[in-house]
Amino acid sequence: MEFLSYIVSGISLGSIYALIALGYTMVYGIAKMLNFAHGDIIMVGAFTVFTISTTFGLPPIVGIIGSVIICTVLGVTIEKVAYKPLRQASSLAVLITAIGISYFLQNAALLIFGSGTKSFTSVVNIPMIKLFDGQLTISGETIATIVVSVIIMIALTLFINHTKPGKAMLAVSEDRDAAQLMGINVNTTISVTFAIGSALAAVAGTLLCSAYPALSPTTGAMPGIKAFTAAVFGGIGSVPGAMIGGILLGIIENLSKGYISTQFSDAIVFAVLIIVLLVKPTGLMGKKINEKV
Amino acid sequence: MAPLLQVENIEVYYGMIKALKGVSFEVNKGEIVALIGANGAGKTTILHTVSGLLKPKTGKILYNGKDITKTPAHKIVSMGMAHVPEGRRIFSELTVLENIKLGAYTRKDKDQIAESLEYVYERFPRLEERKNQVAGTLSGGEQQMLAMGRALMSNPDFILMDEPSMGLSPLLVSEIFDIIKVINERGTTVLLVEQNAKKALSIADRAYVLETGLISLSGDAKSLMNDNSVKKAYLSE
Ligand SMILES: Nc1ncnc2c1ncn2[C@@H]1O[C@H](COP(=O)(O)OP(=O)(O)O)[C@@H](O)[C@H]1O
Ligand SMILES: [Mg+2]
Repeated sequence: MEFLSYIVSGISLGSIYALIALGYTMVYGIAKMLNFAHGDIIMVGAFTVFTISTTFGLPPIVGIIGSVIICTVLGVTIEKVAYKPLRQASSLAVLITAIGISYFLQNAALLIFGSGTKSFTSVVNIPMIKLFDGQLTISGETIATIVVSVIIMIALTLFINHTKPGKAMLAVSEDRDAAQLMGINVNTTISVTFAIGSALAAVAGTLLCSAYPALSPTTGAMPGIKAFTAAVFGGIGSVPGAMIGGILLGIIENLSKGYISTQFSDAIVFAVLIIVLLVKPTGLMGKKINEKV
Repeated sequence: MAPLLQVENIEVYYGMIKALKGVSFEVNKGEIVALIGANGAGKTTILHTVSGLLKPKTGKILYNGKDITKTPAHKIVSMGMAHVPEGRRIFSELTVLENIKLGAYTRKDKDQIAESLEYVYERFPRLEERKNQVAGTLSGGEQQMLAMGRALMSNPDFILMDEPSMGLSPLLVSEIFDIIKVINERGTTVLLVEQNAKKALSIADRAYVLETGLISLSGDAKSLMNDNSVKKAYLSE
């Protein structure tokens, strides 16, 4: 029963990683860049919910909607202001810019909210359930996280495969020039990608802080790195890869915490990543990297 | 009547490298114009500049009398120009039908799109047979047909084709050239880039010869076919 409980909480934590990993992987697939500031969008999302719902006392749903809107606008703005001028620049220049944005967001939060850890009030309002005569309890946060994540992942998959902007994303990710020759506006497609990724980060930040209520300006850093790991683990650029990679990573992390060591769980997670990449350098669902002539 | 496409003295750079050193040419409505030249002469660069993927440093491009020199590629498509790029550049992870539909990305009228789809299937029956197949698994000839079919889905007045015969068997090459003729007869103007100069000149009305970024010769296709320097450089077996 202990095992089952680690699995369930692992799926829940992993779903959050998956939501964040989707942002990394979609941006990588379409804009061909690693957006290292993505983790900090999570933090901004959580602080927005905190401000709206805890400080101003408005209902959680208002906080969530506000957070999604603010993160979406922020993500699209960052892309336009910081990354778009670097479309033709080296990937190193883009990476350094992304790290700069990450520090900027953390320090802005530090200025506004201070360095102290805030206690985040959970937005989830469903009771926990007890199974097997109370041997297995599943918290409302866990249930909400899994349900919300599954719905988002299904919706995202339908969006990508069955709508015009979704098809444009697939086309741009495979061949940017050929996509333009179809009449697809690459800049618009990249903006849509940042918007979706940032909206998902807002949801992930809210769910994360509902389950683990400590909120500070660096809250996004570790989950960001782990979600990035999950994206690489699943195959960077692959949407199903990010989903599977995220969930597996959450399960592995919780099993290591439960059975091996709480302190070393992160080291174990990264060790698993290294092993997977040694065996399959493109990640679980990764495709061959197309050699372009 | 003003030409459909008028290219005026364009210079195009890749970084410091000057790939086009002042190229001018024109294409009139209804024509097939061939652009021939050795590997690396700048043929692909010309097509990329015409369709907006590359921007010239100097010079002008007029399409239907409109200056499109600074117009982004995705907007040029909806002005009636389609480009079948070198190497096909199909979306290999998508299905044949998904590829074809992307060709109609800028169009809204569902009935007209369906009509174009029917036309494409009529021209390329094999694409209909394989519509649910992943495009990357098609043979080279089928991929070329897909690239052409996809371009036709925008219902273009003008189509640019970059080495459509590349890597195909002689039988398929003839099939592709026949189709280009039919497309032209149905009212689409064609700018055709080819290394297979003989074939290209055989279906073209006029042609330009490109040598390291400069047009060295031009004229109607028949006379170029009998030109000694062309014969020696491009038509030797
Ligand atoms: N992306 C690029 N970067 C740098 N140089 C290029 C690039 N593409 C083409 N060139 C150079 O520009 C010249 C013309 O190339 P291209 O237009 O592809 O010729 P063609 O299509 O006639 O074979 C060649 O010298 C080629 O090496
Ligand atoms: Mg070429």
